[in-house]
Amino acid sequence: MSTSRNSILEGIRRSSGVGRPGTPSESERQQTVQARLNDTPVGIVPQRAEDDKGCLARFKEMVLASAASLAEVPNWAAVPEAVVSFLKERNLPMVLTTSLDPRLAALQDHGLLTVRRGVALPQDLIGVVTAVGGVAETGSLVLTSGPDAPTSLNFLPDIHIICVQAVDVAGGFETVWARLRAQDSMPRTVNLITGPSRTGDIEQTILMGAHGPRQVHVIVVNDGA
Amino acid sequence: MQQSTSHLFHDNVRHAVNDDNLRVSLETMKTGFRFKRLAAIDRLPEFEDLREEGKALKDHVLAHLDLYLEAFEKKVIEQGGMVHWCANAAEAQQVVLDICRSVGARTVTKGKSMISEEIGLNDYLEKNGVQPIETDLGEYIIQLRHEAPSHIIAPAIHVRKEMVADAFRATHTHRPADRDLSEPRSLLDEAREELRDKFLAADVGITGANMLIAETGTSVIVTNEGNGDLTQLLPKVHVVLASLEKVVPTLNDASTVLRLLARSATGQEASTYVTFSSGPRRADDLDGPEQYHVILLDNGRSKMLGSEFQDMLRCIRCGACMNHCPVYGAIGGHAYGWVYPGPMGSVLTPALIGIENAAPLPNASTLCGRCESVCPMKIPLPRMLRAWREQEFERHLTPPRAVWALKVHTALASRLRLYRWATRLGAWALRIWGGRRGSFDHIPFAQDWTDSRTMAAPQYGRTFMDLYANRPNAHITNKER
Ligand code: SF4
Repeated sequence: MSTSRNSILEGIRRSSGVGRPGTPSESERQQTVQARLNDTPVGIVPQRAEDDKGCLARFKEMVLASAASLAEVPNWAAVPEAVVSFLKERNLPMVLTTSLDPRLAALQDHGLLTVRRGVALPQDLIGVVTAVGGVAETGSLVLTSGPDAPTSLNFLPDIHIICVQAVDVAGGFETVWARLRAQDSMPRTVNLITGPSRTGDIEQTILMGAHGPRQVHVIVVNDGA
Repeated sequence: MQQSTSHLFHDNVRHAVNDDNLRVSLETMKTGFRFKRLAAIDRLPEFEDLREEGKALKDHVLAHLDLYLEAFEKKVIEQGGMVHWCANAAEAQQVVLDICRSVGARTVTKGKSMISEEIGLNDYLEKNGVQPIETDLGEYIIQLRHEAPSHIIAPAIHVRKEMVADAFRATHTHRPADRDLSEPRSLLDEAREELRDKFLAADVGITGANMLIAETGTSVIVTNEGNGDLTQLLPKVHVVLASLEKVVPTLNDASTVLRLLARSATGQEASTYVTFSSGPRRADDLDGPEQYHVILLDNGRSKMLGSEFQDMLRCIRCGACMNHCPVYGAIGGHAYGWVYPGPMGSVLTPALIGIENAAPLPNASTLCGRCESVCPMKIPLPRMLRAWREQEFERHLTPPRAVWALKVHTALASRLRLYRWATRLGAWALRIWGGRRGSFDHIPFAQDWTDSRTMAAPQYGRTFMDLYANRPNAHITNKER
């Protein structure tokens, strides 16, 4: 609807008095906007994101506050054992679907686990994925879609196990955005995930497991930290 | 566009105050949302500063709206998406239907979207042979009950769990009739199972957008259930419905809005899912939609720019103003008669559907100012409600009796002695009318006051000014106290 496009844009300019005497010129306005888009100024970042407590400690505290569970391992090689003990404790089947992240490949070699890699299928119960980062401010995990990371694994399985490297945990969101900008292009999907799926839509009773995962388990990998 | 009953506000209210279920639901709301918001804000010392920053951010966007929208559009196209500019509801309906038809869609799943409500999309699609399925639990419940949402973030807040069970029994008839649906948990589990199949079968997924980001050509949705994600991830086509003012410059600016939104809405540090979508799936992606469309809806918003109602366009739809509004708390959302209830609705609705169709709404406020004090975007709602009242008055939309009464009052109030005399006469008359009980159930011309309460007669048949002048210690001035 290009006719509407032009009439809407003209309407906006007319109503907001663009071009009226005493208002910034068109080129000044363009410059203001371009500057903001290029410089991406950082606003107020809550102090708690970067205070003395330290990013990682704050992150772990906030993950637990979001009703997710948490484990720590020294390196990627220890992830399979951590997954197995999480599943054992909760009496869950040892059948998983994982993303194609090579750091998760070792899961296939664990004798107790049956592993499929790829997109989630409707019957999948447990998904294991990696996050590109964590955000201490809120205990959120940052997951991006890509050739080795299907987004469906973040939403279809009942149990969502997310591995994140300790060095990738940032204070506030802005640090994560700076990292994304350094890449060639935005991924199709960036998910910020904070705890398990929930709803309060029936009489405001908060219940976990609305449409997405019922449980989120975060494994912090201290490799290189 | 969605049909409105805002002009029937008075009848709607009468209906609402007599609804016991509604009263219970609204009580829960007060304790729930208000306490949680307060606790979350207490945990974040920077909240006040963030409000200022959010306000400045939105003002900046509104002053450069044309340019940010153009920048957003450019980025979306670069990433292989499409942008559709729609001047009004009819254009937006048509674009969505055309997209659905182009892929032969039979069912579409839908994430929560107020724009969809505004343009009356579900009815339109259904009439044209496309089945829309709401997937947000609250929206699903009201879709089954053939109702409109009564709150912008908790659409089924007026529905008790027994009513949800009834709706599920009536709809999910393939399930055993004697199943237990007495608890929210069993209701949720049933809805989850029912909707799973719908997510997988849909041809098109429609979501709203809490924000559009110009820097990256991204639409952002904020949910707790994850329904919006399944909606936009599994079907071939993702359609985003957004109004013009949703655009923000950068990812950093989006973070400011997110910090304000979750806390103001539900008192969470962060909503469970904040999802940033940019274009269709990439060539080597393993999943995601093949098409990405953004519908940019004006529907009256560009006209609000530069007007006394421009500030309303800062709204981030958090719902805090209605959670704290004594009027909303007494009558719920349906009484407002259109898509947006509460204080923000009383300001926005007349702007979008015309004051002549919504004249009672700006009066549905005590102007107590609580809405403005909790609004994360510092929107001067009471000032704008007053501005609508003035317009209503100037355009002779005020009922003649009210105009006449105001004229009499103005004439008296500007003549002090006459005013005292007249109020004394009034107080005396009311005292007589109230009789021995000292109260009455009925006052002529003021049935709305006395329908639901008894009115006390003035004590001793004297005016407040007289009582005040003759109070003990009346000779001591305030300063000496
Ligand atoms: S007017 Fe303010 S408080 Fe009300 S929904 Fe909008 S942003 Fe929230």
